[in-house]
Amino acid sequence: MMISVASGKGGTGKTTVAVNLALSLENERVQLLDCDVEEPNAHIFLSLTEKEVNPVYTTVPIFDKLKCNFCGECSRFCQFNAIFVIGENPEKGVKGDVIHFPELCHGCMGCMLVCPNDAINEGQRIIGEIAKGKGDNGIDLVYGTLNIGEAMAVPLVRAVKREIRDEGTVIIDSPPGTSCPVIASVKDSDYCILVTEPTPFGLYDLKIAVEVLRKLEIPFGVVINRSGIGDSGVYDYCKEEAIEILLEIPYMREIAVDYSHGMPFVTQRSEWRSRFLDLFKKITEVDK
Amino acid sequence: MKQIAILSGKGGTGKTSITASFAALAKGECVLADCDVDAPDLHLILEPELKEKMEFTGSKTAHIDPDKCICCGTCEEACRFDAINDCEVDPIMCEGCGVCVYVCPEDAVTLEDNLSGYAFISDTRFGTLSHAELNIAEEASGKLVTLVRNNALEIAEQEGKELIIIDGSPGIGCPVIASLTGVDLVLIITEPTVSGLHDLERVLDLARHFNVEARVCINKYDINYEMTAEILRFCEARGVDLVGKIPFDPVVTESIVEAMAVVEFKDSEVSDEIKRIWEQIG
Repeated sequence: MMISVASGKGGTGKTTVAVNLALSLENERVQLLDCDVEEPNAHIFLSLTEKEVNPVYTTVPIFDKLKCNFCGECSRFCQFNAIFVIGENPEKGVKGDVIHFPELCHGCMGCMLVCPNDAINEGQRIIGEIAKGKGDNGIDLVYGTLNIGEAMAVPLVRAVKREIRDEGTVIIDSPPGTSCPVIASVKDSDYCILVTEPTPFGLYDLKIAVEVLRKLEIPFGVVINRSGIGDSGVYDYCKEEAIEILLEIPYMREIAVDYSHGMPFVTQRSEWRSRFLDLFKKITEVDK
Repeated sequence: MKQIAILSGKGGTGKTSITASFAALAKGECVLADCDVDAPDLHLILEPELKEKMEFTGSKTAHIDPDKCICCGTCEEACRFDAINDCEVDPIMCEGCGVCVYVCPEDAVTLEDNLSGYAFISDTRFGTLSHAELNIAEEASGKLVTLVRNNALEIAEQEGKELIIIDGSPGIGCPVIASLTGVDLVLIITEPTVSGLHDLERVLDLARHFNVEARVCINKYDINYEMTAEILRFCEARGVDLVGKIPFDPVVTESIVEAMAVVEFKDSEVSDEIKRIWEQIG
């Protein structure tokens, strides 16, 4: 079963829920995938051994400037403005050139298809890396780290998800927001846990996240983190929309302090393991 | 014209609360830009009155005409994004590159503009706000951020304002890059947690990559003094100025519930510290 953990708003506790849930499932084979490749954090909470790191590549065009006659076909085709061609003008002494902006390139290779001079080949470029290893409690952790300055997280998210095993339970820690990297992360999951906090910001962003999951037709429920602060908006909304509240984690300074040290709170407070197990049971019942 | 972007790397560190307070402290002398188009929250405090709404078409999606399609599979083979299956386009996977349009032997595929979201210009009690809303599951959030910033620049010129305050999104990817390029200063809000420091380091690297001056503020610094000290040492080693340390106080959440900036809500240590930070960067 594949369970994703998402939220519209950042910092609501996605990683906290993903890691503590993973640690609470004792008789399961658990794989945890951190798809927040811009700011991966799950590995901070799980001491990782047998770590293996590999680069992740994305497809890019390679221009053969000896064959290129700077006709500009590729540049006109590119929907992402990733290619800039300077036409040749021998009379004015202007030499032609083709400039590629890899951060804008989606790697569709349309430029290669349209090039009349066979001057474009397919190449690869490193955009980040994937780390794999064993975490506490026998958890198999996979996480991606996007290189600084790279704009597109989606190819790396997809690479992390290619590591998914067919057996056991897979937990996916998604990035915040609602745009493409989030969709790539939660897509194909059997259930999504939306983590929110009971504040007007939490409520507004929860509503957006709910729309995303409804569009993707993924069943979901809500975990309210830091309950006790804020107001009743999130509760009223869940009631109106008949959205199940799977778990509430009260605002407790001790939990915040554990988090600040990079410690999963179920290891400090074992009574929470059974609460996460209950949450897991609720989810697996939905899946049946 | 000065542009200040508020960023954090990690989500939920307090970007929007602090931006709203800066807006209040700028006393109408600034234009505001909410560049967290994925999950915009600044309007919940500023309660904008909409003046202008514009459609944003940032991306395209392929459409197959079933009457013309002979289901030959050529497009499916050429698509690099697994977006075509059994002669149907999956609009969520489609990145709008147009390869399918090019390879189709029957001219059955077209690229069509998506209505990807809306950009807004609104009046607020602290000045004009440029903001936006990205439609569900849309790409092109970076382009929408650029539109929000261009709108803010235009308004600032029209109104003769010398300052733009930008509320950014978490992360370091495309919307964040679009929020940070070309600004005069980035203020990074972090928190004294291992994750906060990890993410601060990456967003500082990003600022350096794009040659933007960055300063740091630690929010909720009293949650973990050791981590606060570690962040201080880290900033010193990196030669980055720390402009303030804000204590944890439920007054911040209370002010959000009341739709007020914390500095206008009530006097508190938090307000005093935000004012002190504003004096240094505003």
